[in-house]
Amino acid sequence: MKPAPFEYHVPTTVEEALAHLRHYGGEAKVLAGGQSLMPLLNFRLSRPAALVDINRIGALSYIEEENGTLRLGALTRQRAIERSDVVRSRLPLLTEATALVGHLPIRTRGTIGGSLAHADPSAEYPAVLTALEGQVVARGAGGERILRPEEFFRTYLTTTLGPDEILTEVRLPIPPPGSGWAFEEFSRRHGDFALVGIAVLLLVEGTRCAKARLVAAGAGPVPARLRGAEEILERDGLTEQSFEAAAARAAELVEPDSDIHASAAFRRHLTRVFTLRALRKAARRIHGGH
Amino acid sequence: MGTVVVGTSGRWVGRPLKRVEDPRLLTGTGTFVDDLPFQNVHHAGILRSPHAHARILGIDASAALKALGVVGVITGADAEALTRPFSVGVSAPIKYYCLAVDKARFVGEPVALVVARNRYLAEDALDLIRVQYEPLPAVVDPERALEPDAPVLHEAVGSNLACHRRLVYGDPERAFKEAEVVIRERFRFPKFGSTPIETYGVVARHDPVSGVLTVWSNFMGPFIMHPLVARALGLPENRLRFIIPPDIGGSFGIKTSIFPYIALICLAAMKTGVPVKWIEDRREHLLASSSGTDRVTYRELAARKDGTILGMRYRWYDNVGGYVRSPEPGCTFRPIGNWVGPYRFQDLDVEASVVMTNKSLTGPNRGYACGHLYFETERMMDLLAERLGLDPAEVRRRNFIPPHEFPYRTPTGGLYDSGDYPAAFEKALTLARYDELRREQARARAEGRLFGIGLAVAVDPSVSNMGYDTVALDPQFRSKPEYLPKSGATESATVKVDPLGKVIAILGTAPQGQGHQTIVAQIVADELGISPDDVTVVDEMDTFTRIWGISSGTYSSRFGSVGSSAVALAARKLKARLIAYAAHLMDLPAETFVFRDGQVSPASGKGPSYSIKDLAGRAHWHTESLPEGMEPGLQATAVFGFPQANAPDLQDRVNSSNTYGFIAEVMAVEVDPDTAAIRILRYVTVHDAGTIINPMIAEGQIYGGALHGLGGALYEELMYDEEGQLLTGTFMDYLVPTASEAPTIEIAHVVSPSPFTTLGAKGLGESSSMTVPAVVANAVSDALAPLGVRINELPVTPTRLWALMENARGAKR
Amino acid sequence: MAGPRTIHLTVNGAPREGWVEPRKLLVDFIREDLGLTGTHVGCEHGICGACTVLVNGEAARSCLMLAVQAAGAEVLTVEGLARDGTLHPLQEAFWEHHGLQCGFCTPGMLLTACDFLKDNPSPTEAEIREALSAVLCRCTGYQGIIKAVQAAAPKLRDAR
Repeated sequence: MKPAPFEYHVPTTVEEALAHLRHYGGEAKVLAGGQSLMPLLNFRLSRPAALVDINRIGALSYIEEENGTLRLGALTRQRAIERSDVVRSRLPLLTEATALVGHLPIRTRGTIGGSLAHADPSAEYPAVLTALEGQVVARGAGGERILRPEEFFRTYLTTTLGPDEILTEVRLPIPPPGSGWAFEEFSRRHGDFALVGIAVLLLVEGTRCAKARLVAAGAGPVPARLRGAEEILERDGLTEQSFEAAAARAAELVEPDSDIHASAAFRRHLTRVFTLRALRKAARRIHGGH
Repeated sequence: MGTVVVGTSGRWVGRPLKRVEDPRLLTGTGTFVDDLPFQNVHHAGILRSPHAHARILGIDASAALKALGVVGVITGADAEALTRPFSVGVSAPIKYYCLAVDKARFVGEPVALVVARNRYLAEDALDLIRVQYEPLPAVVDPERALEPDAPVLHEAVGSNLACHRRLVYGDPERAFKEAEVVIRERFRFPKFGSTPIETYGVVARHDPVSGVLTVWSNFMGPFIMHPLVARALGLPENRLRFIIPPDIGGSFGIKTSIFPYIALICLAAMKTGVPVKWIEDRREHLLASSSGTDRVTYRELAARKDGTILGMRYRWYDNVGGYVRSPEPGCTFRPIGNWVGPYRFQDLDVEASVVMTNKSLTGPNRGYACGHLYFETERMMDLLAERLGLDPAEVRRRNFIPPHEFPYRTPTGGLYDSGDYPAAFEKALTLARYDELRREQARARAEGRLFGIGLAVAVDPSVSNMGYDTVALDPQFRSKPEYLPKSGATESATVKVDPLGKVIAILGTAPQGQGHQTIVAQIVADELGISPDDVTVVDEMDTFTRIWGISSGTYSSRFGSVGSSAVALAARKLKARLIAYAAHLMDLPAETFVFRDGQVSPASGKGPSYSIKDLAGRAHWHTESLPEGMEPGLQATAVFGFPQANAPDLQDRVNSSNTYGFIAEVMAVEVDPDTAAIRILRYVTVHDAGTIINPMIAEGQIYGGALHGLGGALYEELMYDEEGQLLTGTFMDYLVPTASEAPTIEIAHVVSPSPFTTLGAKGLGESSSMTVPAVVANAVSDALAPLGVRINELPVTPTRLWALMENARGAKR
Repeated sequence: MAGPRTIHLTVNGAPREGWVEPRKLLVDFIREDLGLTGTHVGCEHGICGACTVLVNGEAARSCLMLAVQAAGAEVLTVEGLARDGTLHPLQEAFWEHHGLQCGFCTPGMLLTACDFLKDNPSPTEAEIREALSAVLCRCTGYQGIIKAVQAAAPKLRDAR
């Protein structure tokens, strides 16, 4: 399990990195945290002609709050996000989800941009990006493209990022204070990819649910935004009955697959169970409750 | 959780001494096989079959041979020309070579090998080898493999049945005729391994001048594998040297099956003329190292209405994969002496089929065949209790072999040395507060919660008698004059005192984390009345310099039983010499001396004493002072062998192990009705392993064994699709339990010293690995009894359990 | 740029230099080129954690890093935990509480625990289990390891 040979470049600026990518015309891979790419290289399942290692582009690592949005450099490590006070206070949903990403030494290296660009539909970050209606910034030769989740995730492990583009920034709108949130998931072991994960965000006006966001991870080729279930909550309010109706609707909306860890039917069922659990938890947290 | 025990004890035996091994392992200065330095060592990469079943039409290695850093390529043609097939333990004509010769019979089977300057280059060259395969239909299910139209793996055998034995003890037909209750059930036990974190590693160096092939590997033998490899390579035994480094990173039986790779790397070293090193990677390990068998079982139990078992029938289909690799079919026969477990029924009918399919090969895995056995038996006990409306504890109580019947001869030939099964069982129930748990269950059920309590008991065999495996051959075959019967289990140890009085103990074992250096120092310290610090223990194996036997090694929980006995005997022999020598120096009869606190003193307490140091100095520096007839030097070697290790008789009875411990367990679980997740609330395990030498180490063995059992019960399975492709080829899919999944374990001991071992100790290494599958299945079945769900197949994964629950709920709706 | 290149880094406090192909894994560099064989290879895909080392003070899988990526970094391996012949409190606690049997996963366990306790000096048992789930052990059932980390935590706190 040793990687096949590759050319190796360590740019210190995004422009330099883009130049390398252009040079290889799709035959190069961007190496960020490496926690997904390196296993593929070691198994020789991925044999790129070159690696463009962006770990020395210092300008890609930051967490900044600006005009109601949290901007995270694509190279920001998951560990930094987990520890960040500004993330904890502004986007506790992201903090909660981050603690569920792999294990501590994985989060040391793993980055938010890498996780999103890898686009594993069972992973936590794609679901969080979708639930927060965030954006990613892709930079290429022609400049920047700003992509919404539905424009970014295409299918399993596939995004609309071009071969000569780099994901440079993640923009996550900060929900208004008093919102409810939760990330709940079911995995076989601690730290495993979720069989099903549910991200919930509840925006309230007074006692009314102004907006509900419900996203399922692991229940389809891309993170599944469960609009039909959200509408139930927005229409019927935050009651146990509406939670149950929304959870039942969520289970109808997802399109999970079967694999050795869970049948499609079980994933569909788990979608209902965890939607309900996440909704209850999120509702308890409205206006700072626990 | 504490251990309260201790049997026979001295100053050091019975104490939880910190381990001598730990400082080196904690500071990164241990020596594992991959750490050994070699001059000019080259690295092997192995090309493996991507097909489960395929004819090999041709191999073109020309491009690989020209690749950077490559010094040689070995293929099946070399294996066929230069080696012999390994001996197999069945009479079917199976040709098993170290590389696939005509056909590949499982995904991952070695097809070719590259030797290159480093592993990176070796793997590059593997990409350049072209193999022409003719894919053939595959079969993975052991029952399907026996159907007349199933693809046949070995044409010379004619079918996929490697071995079939019908073994009848007592009069099972009568038992079933007289039965008031008969229970029948089908079970499936999964294929799983123990995935030691250190994978296989082999380094082979051929010296063309002396003709000696030296092998360094993390193989905890030499066991029968040294002669097997010598024969395969056509080398005299004194030209094949196995060296085992001081540290091995776990085995749990799995590393027994390394020997085909030893032969392969030896072949590569001979053919290329360079030292060759191969470290198995994790992908290779999951594809093609070793695992326990998957088994399909049909069980029948005959009983009276009061719960007394009259007899049982076992029909087994054991799936050994593409070939029969020694010591298989131990998967079937290893526990033959304890097939009846702790129960006293006499009538047993066993029909065993050892089946070959296109899966990877099997071998010993912690609890070798006992996890399978007790899963079935203990599930049947619960089903009997359910049928009769009795408490599962009561059904077991009514069938235990009573304590006054030890040593107890089982109908299958086992000789249980000692035990008090009812006492140990009651201790487990008391510790778990079984009655209170049942009340808690009643409350939980009233609330609609799925709360279950499982019980499991087992006779824990240690030290396999080499004869058991020959039950695979029928008695007619074994009666032929040219047949060499097999029996025995021995271990050796040497204790010596050096000229300045310090003690060295040399073992014939190769531990993999069991702490032999610590334990042996404790035993020798007690025997000689010195401090463990004064004893250095050498536990590295070198077949050229150590005394070893056909069974030598650390497997089948051997050390606690035979290893400890050999050490104590050697120390006693040495002690007797020291006494004789001191008596001679004082010109008094030896009987008037005692050995106390590291000194030989007159029993009367009057007169001078001689310390070990003093005697050592005199004996080494002044041999004239020795009594006439005493050979110079202060060392003693003892080889401990069991007189009860017989070869199987004509009725196929054999005492398959040499000591037999006991395990009783209680587990409480709660199942989440929504997610089918299983939470372990209580887990109590009581062991009787005779005298406990180091309770800390003993507990460590139980913890580890329990977690292996838990892996097989809930998480781990080598899964294949119908075409024979492995679906769990990474640690992302083959799920090893982590610290978050490990339950808290409450341990207690009962001590029935073995009358057959020097210190009264029995083995403990496999321990709860053999009971946890059963106790989990029973607990989960009990939790789901309100739904009528029965767990007869492992592992109980959430998706499987949820499907069972849904079916049951559907049936109720 | 596939050819070998020179890297400089600090390992266990000492400056080290290497001449490595870019594809060489950090763990292979540590073991083969630096001769520090205390770090072990267990799965090469980031699950077992045996190869965990500290890179700039944080636990990382050395099988999921290239040696060239460690250029300029400070790496701590198990060989660097004990100072001046005195065992690190975690090493002491592992010894005391039977936190190891074969010792193969131990370096990864120690370094993971070391980093974890810096972030969380007073962890609950559940938090310890969660952190240690980053490293697979097949010998101990984790019982002794958990006890050892529980025992070491207050000692490390006091030492600050």
